[in-house]
Amino acid sequence: MTALELARWQFGITTLYHFIFVPVTIGLALCVAIFQTRWYQTGEEHWLRSTRFWGKLMLISFALGVATGIVQEFQFGMDWSNYSRFVGDIFGAPLAMEGLAAFFVESTFLGLWIFGWGRLSRKVHLACAWAVAGSTALSAYFILAANSWMQHPVGYRMADGKAELTNIAAVLFNNTALYAFAHTMLAALLAAGMILIAVSAWHLRQGRETRVFGGAMRIGLPLVTLAAVATIFVGHFDGILMTEQQPMKMAAADATFKTEKGAGLSLFATGDFKSNPEGLSRNIEIPNLLSWITTGYPQGEIKGINNLNREYQRKYGPGNYTPIVAVAYWSWRGMLGCAFAMLAFAAWGWWLLRRGKLRESKWFLRLAVPAVALPFVASSCGWIFTEMGRQPWVVFGLLKTDVANSPSVDAAQIWITLVGFTALYGVLAAIAAGVFVKAVRKGPVEAGKAEEPGQELALTY
Amino acid sequence: MPDFTALQVVWFVLISILWIGYFVLEGFDFGVGMLIRAVGRTDAGKRAVIHTIGPLWDGNEVWLIVAGGATFAAFPEWYATLFSGFYLALFLILVGLIVRNVSFEFWGKGETDRWRRNWEWAMIGGSAVPALLWGVGWANIVHGVPIDARMEYTGTLFDLLHPYALLGGVATLLIFLAHGAVFLSLKTEGELGERARAIAGRVAPPAAAAGVAFLAWTVAAHPGGVDVASALVAALAAALLVAAAFLVRRSAGRAFAATAAAIACFFTALFIDVFPHTMISSTSSAFDMTLNASSSSSYTLTVMTVVAALLVPVVLVYQAWTYWVFRQRVSAEDFGEVRNPLDLLAARRDDEDDELGSAGSRS
Repeated sequence: MTALELARWQFGITTLYHFIFVPVTIGLALCVAIFQTRWYQTGEEHWLRSTRFWGKLMLISFALGVATGIVQEFQFGMDWSNYSRFVGDIFGAPLAMEGLAAFFVESTFLGLWIFGWGRLSRKVHLACAWAVAGSTALSAYFILAANSWMQHPVGYRMADGKAELTNIAAVLFNNTALYAFAHTMLAALLAAGMILIAVSAWHLRQGRETRVFGGAMRIGLPLVTLAAVATIFVGHFDGILMTEQQPMKMAAADATFKTEKGAGLSLFATGDFKSNPEGLSRNIEIPNLLSWITTGYPQGEIKGINNLNREYQRKYGPGNYTPIVAVAYWSWRGMLGCAFAMLAFAAWGWWLLRRGKLRESKWFLRLAVPAVALPFVASSCGWIFTEMGRQPWVVFGLLKTDVANSPSVDAAQIWITLVGFTALYGVLAAIAAGVFVKAVRKGPVEAGKAEEPGQELALTY
Repeated sequence: MPDFTALQVVWFVLISILWIGYFVLEGFDFGVGMLIRAVGRTDAGKRAVIHTIGPLWDGNEVWLIVAGGATFAAFPEWYATLFSGFYLALFLILVGLIVRNVSFEFWGKGETDRWRRNWEWAMIGGSAVPALLWGVGWANIVHGVPIDARMEYTGTLFDLLHPYALLGGVATLLIFLAHGAVFLSLKTEGELGERARAIAGRVAPPAAAAGVAFLAWTVAAHPGGVDVASALVAALAAALLVAAAFLVRRSAGRAFAATAAAIACFFTALFIDVFPHTMISSTSSAFDMTLNASSSSSYTLTVMTVVAALLVPVVLVYQAWTYWVFRQRVSAEDFGEVRNPLDLLAARRDDEDDELGSAGSRS
């Protein structure tokens, strides 16, 4: 493999791995803050036990998210120095702001939250939980603003072959970023919600801790149902925006090679996904649906891959402007499929809950555990789609990926770091999963003991 | 005409401060990480040792993340050349930091002795490797590395490992170790405090010797942009290192102030030496990267200056507040001889009165 291909694998592996922990941390931080607020308001002990229990799970995820986050920031310079030189004037700013505005708050107040039980007043301690929840969301905003600039560059001009910032507000309030933020935050709620459901179902099946886990179900099921509806809704408008800004990505998502009006949504297709074939050999379609979801009109025009490719060749010069169609096609379906599956599953659970039959439904409680994979498959597919669907560009319309990597770093060096990081990630994932499962099995502290002195140490080392 | 603007100087200084803040703060938690077994000895002792930095290390590390982000934003060419050039060294540092971060979190989450022993060695290795390599790295930035006309690094990992750089690495390793030992002697009491003090006493003299030798070599062989200032600050750093070695046995507070100030002066001297460049080319001085050639546009620097002016003071206030909240000393007795968190809780419950009675007087 070439240095470029290895650098791309490196980036993909690190990013997807990092993004396992990000949504869990963001979502659980919010849930924990809510639980703690309920405890603060009601003084009911089971809310305190919930806060500590879910807080512990959040911390396991947080530890790995932070550890891989440093690689995430450093790898732009390490593997993609030409990219860094090209975009630094713009891309660096949100990254630095993320550190100054969000990471400092997050790390400091998390330390205060973990070690501050009994040492800070209840009110100040609760404020720390909200500071953590707020800053995780804020950091997501800044990094998505940076990523959105790669999808849809705004507020810049070209100077000496590099992009130069002319309007910071345009970058920070890029419409792409606003949609991406809403979509990602909702996805984080889905991840946290599915974990609430899975963990609670596991305990409820054994009839344990019905107060704590019943409470988590009463929050988790409506949360996932509503967040799934909202994610799909926002994703729909995000898709319309993307069709406008990056039509090639949407065309690839549906493997539509020729421009058509009133295009149907392909559910399952086989055939030659390579760029520029005449069409697909087998294709099950829902008529007009694709046009409706990507343009907002049933008769809307979908530009085909081949037509767009010719258009881009005229605009940007000779070359192939098609992403890997099969990857875009299946990752988009993977994301949507998981989203609808989560919606159906949580709606079923919510219905059972309202009828008071949740604890008798063996099938629901049993399925909830494997169903926890859905949000992670969905967000991984989402990122694969959004990043690989943008290819061959790293910054859409401005910089191609094949000239963005570090000229001074050869394939041998990337092999070392690729193997090293991947092995390390694998080992840590296995250990973290073990620690996570152990914390889940152990359950919350015994009822009646959560407010005894000394319990605050449960969260520390 | 000087090859830099006022804003570029502001950002060079701000980035220097971020790096210096990182080394002063994370310097002691590197040291504490390396001393987990030597000072901790028992499970309760080790738990107490980890607790001295528990609420702080993550915030300390953010200084590095912000230094990296600020370099990307203000001097993209510096960020690109440095990070791609020092590729494998940074990889080793990152592996060290990752392993160390999770070791703090996971150490207490298993029951077996083997589990804890493994994480202790991970903590020691994960602290020592970055402590050594940051010194090697910054010595190379001062020394100059092979960089061509396109600002690309043309050497290998082994070009970074020459005697001057290795001495720099040994110096930072020992200085951080001493800094951590002094911090522990300040933050612990009882047997832990005594052990920490004894180790600090043994480590501080060689740390001072290595630091002084490295700074002397720097001043003699690497006349930078502002010779006199760099030499003066280097001399001050050397004096503080020696002073720390003497203060260790008398006053932990003063010794800690001395090691912290010594680290700040040590790196200030290096930054002054590099100024007005970001990277120095050992291939040809024509390829030295000036602030101007490395910098972002003045618009970006202006935006970032406003953001930093608004946020940095706030950050300093709440980080200082954390140090205040967690100011009291800990001892192994606070954590009892425990096997798992449940025993720990039981132990804490028993001596709760004592805990409440003495919390105030310990600060």
